[in-house]
Amino acid sequence: MIKINLPTDEETIRALHIGDEVLLTGTIVTARDTAHKYMVTEKPNDLAPLLKDSVIYHCGPIVSHEGGKWSMVCAGPTTSIREEPFEAEVIKMYGVRGVIGKGGMGPKTLAACKEFGAVYFHTAGGCAASLAQTMEEVLDVKKLEFGTPEAFWVVRVKDFPCLVTMDSHGQSLHDMVEKKSRAVLEELIKS
Amino acid sequence: MDPKTLQTNLLELIRRSSTDMPPDIEVAIRAGYRREEKGTPAKSVFKSMLDSIELSRRKSIALCQDTGSLVWNIYYPDGSEILPVTKAIENAIAEATDKTWLRPNAVDIVTGKNSGNNLGAGSPILHFHPWKKKNWEFSMMNKGGGCENCGIQYKLPDSRLGAGRDLDGVYKCVLDAVFQAQGKGCAPGIPCVGIGGNRDSGMECAKNQIYRKLDDINPDQILAKLEKKLYQDCNKLGIGPMGYGGKTTVLGVKIGTLHRLPACYFVSIAYMCWSDRRGNMTISGNKVTYSN
Repeated sequence: MIKINLPTDEETIRALHIGDEVLLTGTIVTARDTAHKYMVTEKPNDLAPLLKDSVIYHCGPIVSHEGGKWSMVCAGPTTSIREEPFEAEVIKMYGVRGVIGKGGMGPKTLAACKEFGAVYFHTAGGCAASLAQTMEEVLDVKKLEFGTPEAFWVVRVKDFPCLVTMDSHGQSLHDMVEKKSRAVLEELIKS
Repeated sequence: MDPKTLQTNLLELIRRSSTDMPPDIEVAIRAGYRREEKGTPAKSVFKSMLDSIELSRRKSIALCQDTGSLVWNIYYPDGSEILPVTKAIENAIAEATDKTWLRPNAVDIVTGKNSGNNLGAGSPILHFHPWKKKNWEFSMMNKGGGCENCGIQYKLPDSRLGAGRDLDGVYKCVLDAVFQAQGKGCAPGIPCVGIGGNRDSGMECAKNQIYRKLDDINPDQILAKLEKKLYQDCNKLGIGPMGYGGKTTVLGVKIGTLHRLPACYFVSIAYMCWSDRRGNMTISGNKVTYSN
């Protein structure tokens, strides 16, 4: 198990390879569909210092708001491929070192990981209750008007578990699994 | 039925459906854990699933942050008033959202605004069915958006797959759908299939298969055989839990059929994620029974 503190640096990220199990500690920012479009089209200044050398989490959490304080109740990953049109640009623009999500991403993101030194961290979809336990404090929320699932949640995490499935060396576990399963599929359906 | 009491009961139904994994699904997850090789990401992620299921149950935390679209089937004694029941369901949903058992999941297409309480055009999805019995039965599911995006509808023949208008063609469609989903719909999933009908009734038939227990046996022997074969062959694809690679790609395959139009042969597939959340409540006089 590799422990990484956020913000991190290019060298640490370049040392990661697919199959590495990682625990992340530090500040991360949730962003999903509306947020990705907003980052690319509106280029907000206030997010840049939070994202530099840190990690974006594709997540639309369930949050609670008690006594004026937000907390994460349930916060697993959402399917990342929907952000494929934006992610490479986000990695380039903001100097993000990693993206957490589920299901993997496509060739544009993989190329950006290689060029700019970033990785894709896969985390367990549906394990949202457990994952929220690693999210110790909500530090801030931006663009709440997008709705709670779509807002940017700035969260301090401790030992957030994930698996590197796309690295900065052009390798993708998702491509490998897809290729192998395609061969089996073709064999099974050939008439 | 007293609307206030009904609302309280419905709230409990939603809490159970969102936070407590059905026993048959948990058994299948446990079997998946045992099946995968030691030291693989597949085995380790099954362990995470079991831990999270346990935590959710113990603390009444939603199993998944995507509490999905809420699909309901309500069976009522013929002649009963159903408008107050609709209202009670809506109130219970808003209350469950407030209690964080549901995430606000209804977004206006034009304004992009989230309604904040899961109520909106087409939300929740309610199907009322009169029956001759004296009791009421409420079935609901939390159908997440990630797996909903993996749903697909084929019309046969399909030249890409070499799939003709027969059960062999259906077989090819289901394998293709599971292949296309990879890990994106939170594998290991349950491809629920509706064969026949038209565009909408076919998909509704597929969705209704989600209510079936994993270990039930299709009463039609031919379909039972096809479900078994598809279960075995989908698991040969090697996609594994979360798409990490592994022996467990699906937890089951369920197939329903409808008569079709002579010109149409639809194969509708609703892909259900491993977090297959459903709940059931029966009201018979003053007696309320929950199960999932």
